[in-house]
Parts: sequence; structure tokens; C-alpha cells
Amino acid sequence: MTVPIICVEHLTFSYPDSRQALTDISLAVEAGEKVAIVGPNGAGKSTLFLHLNGILSGQGRVEIAGLAPAGKALRAVRAKVGLVFQDPDDQLFSPTVLDDVAFGPLHLGCPQSEVRDRVVRALAAVGMTGCEGLMPHHMSLGERKRIAIATVLAMQSEVLVLDEPSAGLDPRARRNLLGLLKTLPQTMLVASHDMRLVWDLCPRTVILDGGRLVADGSTAELLRDAALMEQHGLESPLDWTWITAD
Amino acid sequence: MGHTFLDRYYRGTSLIHRLDPRLKLLATLASILVASSTPARSWPAFALLAALILAAIVASRIPVVEVLKRSLIALPFAGMIALSLPFTRGGEPVWSWRPFGWELTVTDEGLLLCGAVLAKAWLSVLAAALLLASTSLFDLLQAMRALHVPAVLTSTMSFMYRYLFVLGEEAGRLQTAHAARSAGKGGSLTWRARVLGGMIGSLFIRSYERSERIYAAMLSRGFAGEIHSLARLAWRRRDSWAGLAWTTALLAIASFAQFGAWH
Repeated sequence: MTVPIICVEHLTFSYPDSRQALTDISLAVEAGEKVAIVGPNGAGKSTLFLHLNGILSGQGRVEIAGLAPAGKALRAVRAKVGLVFQDPDDQLFSPTVLDDVAFGPLHLGCPQSEVRDRVVRALAAVGMTGCEGLMPHHMSLGERKRIAIATVLAMQSEVLVLDEPSAGLDPRARRNLLGLLKTLPQTMLVASHDMRLVWDLCPRTVILDGGRLVADGSTAELLRDAALMEQHGLESPLDWTWITAD
Repeated sequence: MGHTFLDRYYRGTSLIHRLDPRLKLLATLASILVASSTPARSWPAFALLAALILAAIVASRIPVVEVLKRSLIALPFAGMIALSLPFTRGGEPVWSWRPFGWELTVTDEGLLLCGAVLAKAWLSVLAAALLLASTSLFDLLQAMRALHVPAVLTSTMSFMYRYLFVLGEEAGRLQTAHAARSAGKGGSLTWRARVLGGMIGSLFIRSYERSERIYAAMLSRGFAGEIHSLARLAWRRRDSWAGLAWTTALLAIASFAQFGAWH
């Protein structure tokens, strides 16, 4: 068996205010897999994500392609893991799109000419060619989400970690985004409450609840298990009873 | 909200827009220097400087009225100082007034100085208003970096500019939510002050939390304490020519001003 690209073993973390956020999480993801992380608010999804590139570090083992996100390997790990935050206003902190998309590669030590090249390709990949000069506050939420994804594509990360990619989007922007995510070949971890997106995009689903990993299996099986979904405050996208019920 | 006011004109294609921001910044600073070092009596020099700056505004194809409007915002500040001058300077009394045994005397020296202070302030702000209207803030920050303004200052300004709008929208939402739950003027002054205080506190906490998320986002993309940016300023031949022309004009005005002061 090959080395998994994401390997988390017995990860436990509590915040400085002693709030227990993650308890004994173990998870292995193979290169190219698309895995959904679902669970109610406060389940620990975002906290788990911040461990994957060493922003937070708890007890247990985290390795990305065999590297622990600490010390000298930290930079290499951050280059491998592209984290896309839920609110694009957090992700896009530069005055123009060009600077934001260039930020990652520049700070990872790419020469200027290559950075420009990567910006062009990243913007093309998200369908936003020619937007370099725009300012984030002049763009729609859907456009800002695309640029946020471009900022990590420009880093040529092998793993994309997306926090609530479809939150707040209207149906058309959501469709477009889903189409985009489907075309990307990278390994993906997607935290979402959008069960239809999970169903359409991720063959594998992990359920977190109260900081614990409570289920890990095929999306088709887990999302059909109405009792399991209900128990962890989730909704199955296949449950249409609410339409027919009188 | 505010962003149409702040960046409505910087996308123009006139010569002024296309000049290197470093040149525009230096030219503006030089104009302010000339305006502030022109002696009080040199009205023709002030007029020439005004004509020069107005010519640049016309060349930028930004509506002159718009730049003039913007140039007025600083006048109240300069005006506060200038207004006291006619009463406090020595010289020939022009007019005096005795309300309740006080003596207020307006002197010719004082009036002259008041006019000069207003003229200097207005010309300086006019030059700065043209710079801000014809240059994106981002180009300006790059120019400041190139001229060795400390990175802490420029990146603080950059973040401020980026998040001014985000914060403005958040404040707007809070205000709407408040308006939706209160009718009419909304209670006593203390009560309203308490509500406002709550809003400001809530905005502060939200901004604080946002700053932590932004920092995490920066770390995630390789930030390690120093901000790098793409080099994109390119000095062209027209920048040299424009710089030479502007310097010559300013020097001419400055020497005319000194000459005018002798007589």
C-alpha cells in the first residue's frame, strides 16, 4: 500500500481555554481522494483543518506526504496543503486579485517571472482570466470564492482543504463552483453542510461530532443511513419526505 | 458604500494616470513644498501654482469640480488656525470691535497671513487630491515602498484599505439590525449611547476575530514575518520628461515667489 498523502493518528487538541476540540482523531487519505468532512457546527472540522498545515498543533501525529508540519518541514507542508477559508474576505487580504493570487507562491520562494505565470494559470483554472487588476470589494461572493481557490491553486498544492465552499452562494454560483471543484484533480478535504455538494463531489465521507470521528465510509452508504444522519444533526440529501409530507 | 467615492477615477487612461506613481508622489510632495515655502505676499506665485495644478487636473480628464470638491475637505482644519491669525498678529489695525469691554483688532498683517495660510493649505490639498484621484491606492503604496517608507506603515495602510469596506458593511448590517428593532428616535440619550457602545464593542470583537483568521490565512500561504510583493513599477521615458517639466515649472514658480517677495 502506498503512503497516504494525509495521515492523522490519535490527534487530540484542546484550546487554551481548555475547551476540548478534537479527541483521538485518526484519518488516512490517499492521493487523489475527495473526502467530505461533515458534522454539526462546533464539531471540530475547522480545527482539524488548521492542524493539517501546522497553524495549530495538538497531541498525536499529523503527516502530509510523510512530513510533519513543524520545524523545517513547515514551509514544505504549507506549500503542499492549500487551505481555503470559509469567508473569502479572510482569504483575500490584498488590495488586488493579482497580489492575492501571487501571495502564496511569492512567500514560498518562487521567482517573480514564475509567479506571474502561475497567477495566469490559476486564474484560468477558476475561470477568472484577466481579473488580475480587480479589487475584492468590487467582486461578487461567487467570484471571490473562485479567487480564493485560485490563491491556493497558484501554490500548486497537492491537497486542497476547503471550508464550506458553497456557503452563502446562490444556486447558479454554487453549481458553477461545484463544476469547478469536480474538474480539479487534487486531493480534497471538503467541510460542508451542503449534503448535495457532498453527494455530488465526494465518494467518501467522514462524520465528526463533538470533536470525535464517529463515522468514515462511502458517501452513498453514510448519507443513506437516515438514523445516523439524524443522530449527528445532519440531513440526508435523499430525504425528500419533506416535500411529499402534508 | 464608500468605495465609489474612494476609487471612482483611478482607472483613467490619461497621461497623468499612466505616469509612474513614484513620480506622481514625488511631484506632489515637491508641489506641497513649494506651496508652503512661498512667502505670504507672493500672490502671483500662488496663482501660478494653482494654474499649474489645475492644468494637471485638466490633463487627467477627471472632472475638475470633483477634485475641487475633494480639496475642500481639509479647509476646515486649516481654517480653524487661519481664522485666529487676523486677531493675533501685530501690524496696522484695519478694523476693531469692542464687545463687552474686550478689544478685538483685525490687522493687515494678520489678514495677509490668514489668506496665505489658507492658500498654502488649499494648494497642498489640491495637489494631494489629484494624486489620490488619479492613482490607485495600491500603486501609491508600491511607490511609497520604493521610496523606502517602512513596510509596517505601507502594509498597515494596505490592510486598512482592504478591510475598510468589509468593516463598513458589517457596521451597516449592525445599523440595519438596530433600526429594524427600534422605532422613531429610540429612547433617551444614555440609552442610545449604550446601544452605540455595544455596536462599537461588537464591531471591535468581530474585527479582532477576523484579524486572527486573516493571520491564519497568511500563515497558510507561507507568510513568515515579511510581506513580499510583485515588482511592477516601470519607469518610462515619458516619466523622465514629465518629471523634468514639472520640476522646471516648480523651480520657476519658487524663484518668482522669492523675487516677488523682495519688492
